[in-house]
Amino acid sequence: MIGNIIGTWIAATLTIAILSFLYRDNPLYKLAEHLYVGVSAGFWVIYVWSFDVKPMLIDRFVSATGIEKWILLVPAILGIIMLSRWIPQYGWISRIPISFTVGIGAGLGITASIQGFILPQIQATLLPLNTINNIIIVIGFITTVFYFYFSREHKGFLKISSRLGVIFIMVAFGASFGYTVMARISLLIGRVYFLLHDWLHIL
Amino acid sequence: MCFEAIERLPKNSVVMISIDYDAASEPELQPMLVAVLRHCFAKDLKVILMGHWALGLPLGEIALNQVAREYKKVYGEDYVNLGYRPGYVAQMVGIGREIRDFFAVDYKGIPIDSFPFMRQVHTYNDIDILFGLEAGATGDAWVQYAGARFNQKMFFGATGVVAPDYFPYLQAKQIEGIIAGLQGAAEYETLIKQAGSAILGMPAQSVVHGLIILFIIIGNIGYLLTRKKK
Repeated sequence: MIGNIIGTWIAATLTIAILSFLYRDNPLYKLAEHLYVGVSAGFWVIYVWSFDVKPMLIDRFVSATGIEKWILLVPAILGIIMLSRWIPQYGWISRIPISFTVGIGAGLGITASIQGFILPQIQATLLPLNTINNIIIVIGFITTVFYFYFSREHKGFLKISSRLGVIFIMVAFGASFGYTVMARISLLIGRVYFLLHDWLHIL
Repeated sequence: MCFEAIERLPKNSVVMISIDYDAASEPELQPMLVAVLRHCFAKDLKVILMGHWALGLPLGEIALNQVAREYKKVYGEDYVNLGYRPGYVAQMVGIGREIRDFFAVDYKGIPIDSFPFMRQVHTYNDIDILFGLEAGATGDAWVQYAGARFNQKMFFGATGVVAPDYFPYLQAKQIEGIIAGLQGAAEYETLIKQAGSAILGMPAQSVVHGLIILFIIIGNIGYLLTRKKK
């Protein structure tokens, strides 16, 4: 209970310290900012140790037997090699684990993008022109693609299409902006609610 | 659509909830989590909580414990918390083979086979629907790996910032629905008839949106008048 009260007071003080930036940059804001970065970094170190290194490498190495034990040396060595970037003359060695990571990422990602994103999204635009919604989607898709077609000068039909494409792009940006505004206000509401409800018990 | 997706599920169906956010998105996503958990427990569904944002898992646990208490649900019988494991892509693909390859134990280190309903859960085939609470790009991975490869049904609760990125998936029927931003959370709370912090935030949202529209109009009038003068 007492821990909760202390925690709430610390959180409220830090919230006000961060919001004080609205007036101007000040030492209180800087303190809160540095504290946030420091605590986040510290938290991550603990998480990486607790969830990655200890259970997946050290504990497994101790408990495993045979090939399952020794195969763990491969990721351990690759991980250590990654740190060679700190020594300039041996920094090139770090390219080995980086290329390994990039290779895995590309291998998994290319198939997934084609199977889970590109093909279903193309399929979703191949629609019969029997409803207004479908017509808008098809026209929007085609004209937007025209806008990004730079191999020919935008004149005549291409100019009209790309102009129409810009309108669709702007509508999409507008929708994103509207949602972003809503999100930011929600965050402010969240903080104000915390101050008034959890800290001051007014609400 | 998200509400219907849960509403359609028969009793004892398994819902997997993925906490893919942290404290920075709590005001938007936490009300969604609470509302969906209330809906799940009211319908006697089994809930598996896990997450790919390590720092967000405590938020998931807070909501899970709070709602489970409200509905008198028992840990291990009605819900479990698997916690966080690193490497989300490998995990998403791996659950398609066997969930125990990654989650042999829950977040407390208890073997998941000691929980009655978890004994039946092995792959995506045993998970009726997945609910991802998304504050970043983890939702894309869910769609591309769990959805496209294993036909896992899913719906998302997304922050206002990332929701527009997920609407194409909804249009392409790759996901069942989206709860978008605080407004979406308030709509869900209305549908389950349990007002929460999202509904509480709606008056402030409406006033601020009205103000922003007013400022945009004033700004445009100002711009037009200045252009006329020039």
